[in-house]
Amino acid sequence: MSSLILRTATRFVFPLLLLFSVFLLVRGHNEPGGGFAGGLVASAAFSLVVIAYGTDVARKSLRARPVSLIGAGLLVAAGSGLWALLRGEPFLTGQWTTIERFPGGPADLGTPLLFDIGVLLTVLGVVLNIVFSFAEEE
Amino acid sequence: MNLLPVLPILIPLFTASSMLVAWRSRRLHRVLGAAGALCNLAAAIALFAAVEREGIVVLRLGNWPAPFGIVFVADLFAAILVAASAVVGAAVAVYSLGGMDPERESFGYYPLLHILLMGVSGAFLSGDIFNLYVWFEVMLIASFVLLALGGEKEQMEGAIKYVTLNLVSSAIFLAAVGILYGTAGTLNLADLAVKLREVDNPGLLNALAMLFLVAFGIKAAIFPLFFWLPASYHTPHVAVSAVLAGLLTKVGVYALIRVFTLLFVRDPAFTHGLILGLAGVTMITGVLGAAAQSDFRRILSFHIVSQIGYMVMGLGLLSPLALAGAIYFTVHNIMAKTNLFLVSGIVQRDSGRLSLADLGGLYKDRPALSALFLIPALSLAGVPPLSGFFGKLALVRAGLELRSYPIVAAALAVSLLTLFSMTKIWAEAFWKPSPMPEAEGRRRDPAPATLYAPVIAMAAVTVAMGLWAEPAFALAQRAAAQLSDPAGYIRAVLGGGP
Repeated sequence: MSSLILRTATRFVFPLLLLFSVFLLVRGHNEPGGGFAGGLVASAAFSLVVIAYGTDVARKSLRARPVSLIGAGLLVAAGSGLWALLRGEPFLTGQWTTIERFPGGPADLGTPLLFDIGVLLTVLGVVLNIVFSFAEEE
Repeated sequence: MNLLPVLPILIPLFTASSMLVAWRSRRLHRVLGAAGALCNLAAAIALFAAVEREGIVVLRLGNWPAPFGIVFVADLFAAILVAASAVVGAAVAVYSLGGMDPERESFGYYPLLHILLMGVSGAFLSGDIFNLYVWFEVMLIASFVLLALGGEKEQMEGAIKYVTLNLVSSAIFLAAVGILYGTAGTLNLADLAVKLREVDNPGLLNALAMLFLVAFGIKAAIFPLFFWLPASYHTPHVAVSAVLAGLLTKVGVYALIRVFTLLFVRDPAFTHGLILGLAGVTMITGVLGAAAQSDFRRILSFHIVSQIGYMVMGLGLLSPLALAGAIYFTVHNIMAKTNLFLVSGIVQRDSGRLSLADLGGLYKDRPALSALFLIPALSLAGVPPLSGFFGKLALVRAGLELRSYPIVAAALAVSLLTLFSMTKIWAEAFWKPSPMPEAEGRRRDPAPATLYAPVIAMAAVTVAMGLWAEPAFALAQRAAAQLSDPAGYIRAVLGGGP
C-alpha cells in the first residue's frame, strides 16, 4: 500500500510523534506519562513509517536493531539502580540533583528519569520487534 | 549488603541484556554465556557465605521500608537454593559450549538461559508474594521459549501442554494472590505471616491454602498435576532438559515450602496432612511411570516426579528434621538430576540415540562415562555413601519419629523401585552388548572437555555432599530451624517493632 497522502503526512507526523514521546517521557516525572507511554508513542511513529514506506525504510531510520534496543534499555534501567551504591544506599534508591539555572525555575533531575529512558528503549524495541516481524511475514 | 542479595538477579540480567545488544555475534554469546554464569556462581556463593555468617540478609529496594517497598530476603534456605541453581546454571552454560547447535545459539539460546536463571534466583529471593508471581512468570516465559526452541514437531506438542498447564497454574496463583490481598491487605510475606494470624476465618484460609497448593503443585509436578512434565521434558535439547529438570520443579517446591511454613500453618492437621498424602502418591505414581518407560530421558523425567514426592514429604511432616531432610534432598536432587540429563546428552551425542532398546555397549566403549553415570544414578536411588542416601535417611527417620508409617513404607518401596529403574538404564544402555552394527550413527571421537567438565564437577558435588554429609546436613538443619521459627524471618524483614 503506497499512498502519496500517507507518505507526505508521515514526513510531518513522524518527528511530531517522536517529540511527543520525549514530552511524555519527561512529563512522566511528576504527572501521567512516563517511559512506557513514551515508548509506545515512539513505536507508533516507526510503525507509521512501516505502513507508509515499508520495513526497510523503517529499519534504516531506526538505525539500531530492535533486539539491541531491548538489551540497551534493560542495561540502562538496571544500571540506573547501581548509581545509589556509590552513595552507600540500597540498589535502586533514587539519586537526585537540582539544576538551579533551568529555564523556568530550578528543576530536579534524578536516576528515575534514567530508569524511564531504559523503559522507553525496551518498550520501543519489543513493539518494533513484533511490528517488523509481522510486516515482513507477507 | 546494598547489592549482594540482588546480584544473582542482576548478573544474569546484565549478561542477557549485553547479549541482546550484540545479537548477531554468536561467539560473544558463547563467551558471555559461560562467563556470566560463572560470575553468577561466584556471587551466589558470596551471598550464601554472607547469609551463613550473618543470618538472614534483607535488601530493601530503593530504601523503601517493608512492608511498603519491595524486599529481597535471603535466609539460609533461599541462599542454599540460589547457590545450587547457580551451580546448575554454570554447569549447563559450560556444557552448552560443546553441546548446543548453532541454530539454537543464533536464536538466542544463551540470553534465554540467563533470563531463566534470573527468574529462578528472583523467585528464591523475593520477599513479597506478588513479586514471587512475577519471577515465576519471568522464569516460565523463558522456559516456554527454551522448550520450543528448535521447532521440532515433538517439541511443539510437549511445549503446548507445558504452556497450557502452566498458564492455568499462573492464573490460579494470581487469583489466590488477589484473595490473599483482599483478606490481609498486604503482600509482603513477613507482613502476611503476622496479619494472617489475626484473620478469624479458618475456612477462607484453608481455601486460600488449597489455591496455592494447586498453583504451586502444578509447577512442582505433584500428583495429580504432574502429567505435563513427562510429556515435555524429553523433547527439547538435552541442555535445556537438564536445566529445566534441575530447577523449575524445585522452584515450585520452594514456593510450597515457603508458603506452607510461613503463611498457612494454622491448621496443619488438614493442610499438611493432605500434602503428606499427596507426597506419597506422587512418589509412587512417578516411580511406576518410570518403570514402564524405555527411553533414557523419559525414565529420568518420571523420576523427577517421584523425587518431588520426597521433598514434599518433608514439608508434609513439618518437623525440623523433616524440613532439613527436604532441603538436603532438594539440593541433592538438583545436582543428581541435572547431571543425569547431562550424561544422557553425552550418550546421545556418542551413539546418536536414546532409546534403551537401541543402546548398548557403552561400558565397553566409554568406561569413564559409565562411572560418571553411576554416581548420580546410585545417589538418586539412595545408595550410601552418596548424597541421596542421607536425604532419604533423614526423611525416613523424621517419618518414624512422627509415627507416619505409611509414608515411610512408601518412601522405602519407591527407593527400591528407583534402584530398579537405574539398574535398568545401566543394564540396557551400558552393560548389554550393542545391538547395532558398528559405526552406525556412532561417533568414535570422544566428547569434548566442555561436555565432561560440568558432569565431573557436579558428580564431585554429589560425592562431597555424601562424604561430608554431617556438615552439609547441619547446614540444612540450620536452614530448617529458620523455617520452623518464622519469628526470625519476620523480625529481619519488618524490624523489631510490629
